[in-house]
Amino acid sequence: MQLEYFQMIDKINSYDPVERKLAASSKVPQESPIFEGHFPGHPLMPGVLLIETMAQTSGYLVLATTGFEQMPFLAGVKEGKLRTFVAPETPLEMEAVMVHDGSGFAITKASIKSEGKKICDAQLTFKTLPWQTEDFSAMMKKQALEMGMKAEFVPS
Amino acid sequence: MSDTFDKVADIISETSEIPREDITPDSHTIDDLGIDSLDFLDIVFAIDKEFGIKIPLESWTQEVNDGNASTEEYFVMKNLCGKIDDLIKANSA
Repeated sequence: MQLEYFQMIDKINSYDPVERKLAASSKVPQESPIFEGHFPGHPLMPGVLLIETMAQTSGYLVLATTGFEQMPFLAGVKEGKLRTFVAPETPLEMEAVMVHDGSGFAITKASIKSEGKKICDAQLTFKTLPWQTEDFSAMMKKQALEMGMKAEFVPS
Repeated sequence: MSDTFDKVADIISETSEIPREDITPDSHTIDDLGIDSLDFLDIVFAIDKEFGIKIPLESWTQEVNDGNASTEEYFVMKNLCGKIDDLIKANSA
């Protein structure tokens, strides 16, 4: 996890195409420039980055579910609950479940736990748009594979 | 008025906080009711769920953008509800 580069997922652990569910994990870094401001002497992972982490987990779920045909962009956050503080070096287990695969949009429910304790959850809406360039699509596929998504779910 | 119209009008009213009485069969969901694209996604989600269909929003939007259809054809309430009825029929056929 590199907060300043918005790399929120270390590993995609599983994707279930029947249940339309994806699990991923990360570890909050010990140090980051973000902690210098949030907050000086009291480092905490910003809530907006927890939402981003759920969004990226959901994003890979949408990509896998739709065969990487379109790119999902976060468009809405509903019932977002940030339940506890998250300190550096906290291990995170993310899960995203597809609620609705619509035409041009998708809705997921996502959550993050740490050692079994619920940290946050939300319902997320994504607009799904055609790839602007082939490079973009190729880069997202490459990242998914590097994070551990099985090749059978990543069309070449 | 049709059952579909009543259900869709209820969904729009609940989702967009538009007074239910302001929604008529001739209301244009964008021009008259002022529903923006993000609220429209919430409405389509609720309609998909309510009727067990998948509104082909992408192809409708594409047709309008390409000049092959007017916004009225898809986004005036009575026409929208007609399209929904067609999708329900096609689903159960």
